[in-house]
Amino acid sequence: MSIRVYDIAHARAGDKGNTSNVSVTAYNDAGWQVIHRELTPERVLAHFRHLTPGPVRRYELPQLRALNFVIENALGGGVTRSLAIDPHGKSLSALMLTITLPGHNEGATAST
Amino acid sequence: MARDKIRIGCGAGFSDDRIPPGVEIVERGELDYLAMECLAERTIARETLDRTKDPTKGYTPMLLERMEAIMPPALKRGIKIVTNMGAANPMGAARVLREHAPGWGCPDYTCAVVRGDEVTDIMRAHPELPLMEDGTPLEALLPRMASANAYLGADVVAQGFATGANLVITGRVADPALFLGPMLHAFGWSYDDYEKLGNGTLAGHLLECSGQLTGGCFADPGKKEVEDLAGLGYPLADVWANGRVEVSKTPGSGGRLDVATCTEQLLYEMHDPTAYITPDCVLDVSGVTFRQMAKDRVALHGARGKPRTATYKVVVGYFDGYMGSGEMGFAGVNAVARARLAIEVVKERLRRRGLSYDEMRIDLIGMNSLHANDASQAPEPYEVRLRIAARTPDRKAAEAVGAEVRSLHMHGPTGAGGGINFGARQILAVKSVLIPREWVKPEIVMERAA
Repeated sequence: MSIRVYDIAHARAGDKGNTSNVSVTAYNDAGWQVIHRELTPERVLAHFRHLTPGPVRRYELPQLRALNFVIENALGGGVTRSLAIDPHGKSLSALMLTITLPGHNEGATAST
Repeated sequence: MARDKIRIGCGAGFSDDRIPPGVEIVERGELDYLAMECLAERTIARETLDRTKDPTKGYTPMLLERMEAIMPPALKRGIKIVTNMGAANPMGAARVLREHAPGWGCPDYTCAVVRGDEVTDIMRAHPELPLMEDGTPLEALLPRMASANAYLGADVVAQGFATGANLVITGRVADPALFLGPMLHAFGWSYDDYEKLGNGTLAGHLLECSGQLTGGCFADPGKKEVEDLAGLGYPLADVWANGRVEVSKTPGSGGRLDVATCTEQLLYEMHDPTAYITPDCVLDVSGVTFRQMAKDRVALHGARGKPRTATYKVVVGYFDGYMGSGEMGFAGVNAVARARLAIEVVKERLRRRGLSYDEMRIDLIGMNSLHANDASQAPEPYEVRLRIAARTPDRKAAEAVGAEVRSLHMHGPTGAGGGINFGARQILAVKSVLIPREWVKPEIVMERAA
């Protein structure tokens, strides 16, 4: 069984220099169990590997059911000099949500 | 005059932000203070260049348009305003407002200007300063430096209001400090009231991007619904003297403000949640919780402030060559193959002209432009837009990129249409250094009618 991050969590991307941060917040406790266990920095880096060699750091805010990923070197040299069409990486939240995790989505799939 | 509670609204969250929600929050928000954050990392470099060309310019280009809409209703209601729209020329901003304000029905007001964030001279005197990005000395950037500004804190904003000013205009100030400043002024909080500084800084961090707290950057139809996104209202904070904070938004406006929107904005542009460094405190949000008090009203708990650092962060803007680009569209049968042929044609034509580039980026918009994913794995769309962008120190080489893409209309693969965005621009990049606080000498200057 596998589960898409999109189905169990929502995300927002921010920029600072050449670093993107993407927060991932589970809709409920069942979703939090899945992302906390499976959405590892290694898995995120593998999914962003074509954009950056990393590193990726993960911070946990369990009381908000949220993870914060800090993804270095992901913005094409930085907002001000990037050649990318989305220099801020605002759309990288949507890339995060396409990751597929092992697990089952019983009780985790939700909306708000 | 000590007060028990103040209400601070956000009227703008970026330089070109929408004006109507700012007017609505002034008219319907029952505010005491309005803060408008209008400076991104690099915009002040652009505005420093404007000032170089014309010494009366260098403030945020939308200053007059925004203030014409905001100042009359705000001053009429006794709402005090703070904004960083002074950008590279806060005094120039104050002067041009004074010229225009009487015509808007605002003859009487007091304006305090914060100066001293500009530190280009200090940068020139200290080429040895290490860049925060890679540790190399600042020296290499100095010949190409366009601007250098220290992120000042809330203390200077509070000092501005302490003069009795209705309007405080700044250049570079840390974004949350625009909101913390009125709290320091109204409540007399000091720099060892760590819990209050933490709560106030958190409130500022949540509010500074205007609609991103209230349902902007959030909606996903069928998954995350936002009521009346078109009528998105801007946020406000009720702050009590003891440090309690609740956030809400313009009554009757569209959008939503709840635990989900607050959580997304809490982590926006945040790295380590235990150490969000501002000039006023090091904010620890790792224990923050949100509690829904009513529809569109959330209480903040658990922010911790830690002592401010001994340094100011300085952002240095510098010239980093030119970027040229152009786009061309292809549609129908074999559209993607024709776009790929066009890529090879443009690259070969640039090569035969003897032009080379530090970096070139090719996007197939509709397939891989946003996530830089492998286009060969993407489903073939009915239409695709080719974009070519390149960076080079040479302006003519940058201009050639757009020119070669444009000529695909006539001299490329069949059916090349809808070419746009041809051109070259100078790149203003930014890097950062830290400097001791005592090197910076902020000052408050009153601007008065001539």
